Amino acid sequence: MTGALSSFRICDFTGQLAGAGATKWLASFGAEVIRIEDPVRAGRWDILRGTPPFVDDRRGVDMGGAFNNHNAGKYGITLNLRTEKAKEILVRLIEKSDVVSENFAKGVLERWGFGYQRLQKIKPDIVYVSNCGFGHTGPYSDFKTWGPIVQAVSGLTFTNGLPEREPAGWGYSYMDHTGAYFMAMAIMLALLHRQRTGEGQWVDLACTEAALTLHGPALLDWTVNGRPTRRAGQPHSNRSAWPPMAPHGIYPCTGDDDWIAIACRDQADWQRFAGVVGEGWCLDPQFATVDCRYAAQDALDQHISAWTATRGKFEVEDLLRTAGVPVAAVMKPQERIDVDASTGEFGLWPTVRHAKMGAVRVDGQPVHFSKTDWRLERGGPCLGEHTEDVLTRLLGYSTEEVAALRDEGVI
Amino acid sequence: MTALAGLRVVELAREPIAWAGKLLADMGADVILVEPPGGDPSRRYPPFLDDQPGPDRSLYWWHYHTSKRGVVIDLDDEAGRVRFRALIATADVLVEAEPRHRLATLGLDYDDLTAIKPDLVHVAVTPYGRNDPKSDLPYTDLTLMAASGPPWSCGYDDHSLPPVRGALQGYHTASHFAAMSAMTALLHRGVAGVGQFIDVSITAASNVSTEAASYSWLVADRTVQRQTGRHASVSPSGETQQRCADGRYANTGVPPRKPAEFAALHAWLKELGLDAELPEAVFLEMGAGWQGPFDLAKLGSDDEITAIFGAGREALKLIAARTSAQDFFVGCQRAGLAVGVVNAPEEAFEDPHFKARGFQVSVCHEDLNRTVVYPGAPYAFTASPWAITRRAPKFGEHDAEVFADVDAD
Repeated sequence: MTGALSSFRICDFTGQLAGAGATKWLASFGAEVIRIEDPVRAGRWDILRGTPPFVDDRRGVDMGGAFNNHNAGKYGITLNLRTEKAKEILVRLIEKSDVVSENFAKGVLERWGFGYQRLQKIKPDIVYVSNCGFGHTGPYSDFKTWGPIVQAVSGLTFTNGLPEREPAGWGYSYMDHTGAYFMAMAIMLALLHRQRTGEGQWVDLACTEAALTLHGPALLDWTVNGRPTRRAGQPHSNRSAWPPMAPHGIYPCTGDDDWIAIACRDQADWQRFAGVVGEGWCLDPQFATVDCRYAAQDALDQHISAWTATRGKFEVEDLLRTAGVPVAAVMKPQERIDVDASTGEFGLWPTVRHAKMGAVRVDGQPVHFSKTDWRLERGGPCLGEHTEDVLTRLLGYSTEEVAALRDEGVI
Repeated sequence: MTALAGLRVVELAREPIAWAGKLLADMGADVILVEPPGGDPSRRYPPFLDDQPGPDRSLYWWHYHTSKRGVVIDLDDEAGRVRFRALIATADVLVEAEPRHRLATLGLDYDDLTAIKPDLVHVAVTPYGRNDPKSDLPYTDLTLMAASGPPWSCGYDDHSLPPVRGALQGYHTASHFAAMSAMTALLHRGVAGVGQFIDVSITAASNVSTEAASYSWLVADRTVQRQTGRHASVSPSGETQQRCADGRYANTGVPPRKPAEFAALHAWLKELGLDAELPEAVFLEMGAGWQGPFDLAKLGSDDEITAIFGAGREALKLIAARTSAQDFFVGCQRAGLAVGVVNAPEEAFEDPHFKARGFQVSVCHEDLNRTVVYPGAPYAFTASPWAITRRAPKFGEHDAEVFADVDAD
């Protein structure tokens, strides 16, 4: 089948999640993504190659479950770029590629002799997208990051939490996922530009900057009204100020760490909610209007918590859902993956076949295209799994030459 | 020339996709924002200019609708539908988050619209996808995020406190996938000449954006547990958030484990005059001179490795307790350590690094006779730059020019 992006080839140096997540999107729509890894360090620059989760007791650079998740559908080759012969191979690959992508620290590719100017000489219309925490210019451009650092510096850690407590932040690298989405967009936007003008370009993506764009209204409140987010009573991230909604929160239920999210968008939702709860406090004048409830939210939340705390989360979900109130149980991984039929029916957890792990489920894509839908069938590449294939099929090396390059430590 | 110059996107105003429209508009697409009579509700969301509610004073609206033109069309009226079809005939992409049967009922769904515009790219965003009846349930960003994973992983070590969600990030994540889908389909159209229908699920988008929470279960049937300020984890991990001398926090990241890092940390400790206060400082020197691999697998069993690693952590704690979070961040980074200050958004916005990169951009509000500073580009394109080309549209502001253009076609 021809995929939406089958006509594009990506010379891909990305890793971890912030980079690998971007090229996973491209690969799932048929782009030929060729990952380049270092045989000397056994690809361990990408720490996910050898870290949990694991499918069984086997360990090593081909057994990392996260690596498989983020690299499904890609090809993997090894090049020892300390050698001139490997650099020659890389030149041949770039000549045949549409995109060079990487998420190294600033300057790594340059040191190898493959900065943007060189890439342009090799392939004049190349699209080069670099992705690092602080970008390639500015006072912090040499600083190092990973997801939680990006989130801390950009304000995303601060805004997630409850008042008068330390920041709760994110329990995962939200900005590795989201940085990857911005990187995928950067690659595709540059390809769209090239498709219509013939012109390539370099895109300098700084994950911290991408993260800062996600605070829009708060930043305008700062630049226009001078109101900071660091102020008494803030953050209170389960509440809604834009627009004011109350109740709007996550409340305790019976069961092991079970919680329910409830939101009343307007007065009609509140009346439906009060109709289900049916307790005297619902008629308290301090809860009569949205503005009243918003102002008295601490007291309101106490009443609601007392009501939810004696009920199961799915019981509350059923009651309020039937009444037409926005509600959802806080879902645990097992519940949203294996219990909630909607994810499975959407095809959200495809099974890929990994050369060593066998059949493994991975994150799919949350979209479906009517004509050229995504497909993920192959697992992430084992280290150097496709080196011979790519060198012979694509770059014109003979099997004997490949064997010699292997003996010389080039691949 | 901008990356999306000459491409027209029709966006039916709805909260979950406002961000997707902005991503396309700021890259040069001609995004026509279609509102119903009475206007989109988010026109009336706070915060407001000078805290005074009023038409065209919502900063929320200002942010999410930069670079777009705005028109009013009543899709419930036949004349409005005629006009909408005429608009679609001039469009490349439709982005919408309407209730799942609404467009079909109006005769304006993908199959109807391709009769007018055969190569249309139609991106439909719904809570659970177009085929799932759960998409008909009422929702907000909070309820969709709760249902799809993020809050389970975010919160505090103390599980008597509720999990927390990152406000509006469920809509942002869905918008990222909507925009990525539009770009993917446009690239394909550029090669194959055909458009298509794209079904984006808001909950599916967050479901596949929770890192280890999903794949720990998919691969190994393990459940992560939330922890304060750090990754939710199958087994508890050490704290990474440190309160600094000014009361602000820093994320201490991964403690030092390379000789150069121990050396730099020791030098910094001395520069601050704090080495005498740290009895373990001697181990930093040992770490700086360490030969061979510093094997963290031997933590707890090898006395020297354990002492050196511990000294690194203690040195960081001591310095953090005596310096501001910002100085701690910069000092650690100069020592080669990936540490971050926990900024409030406005503190990051005012930081010299982002200013130097031009992240603060000025947008002319000629109607108010003032210039407003906005957050800038998420990525720096060298040939087809990101730009805010105009402030958010007022209600019906571009009816005349857009309809004249459409009716002429």
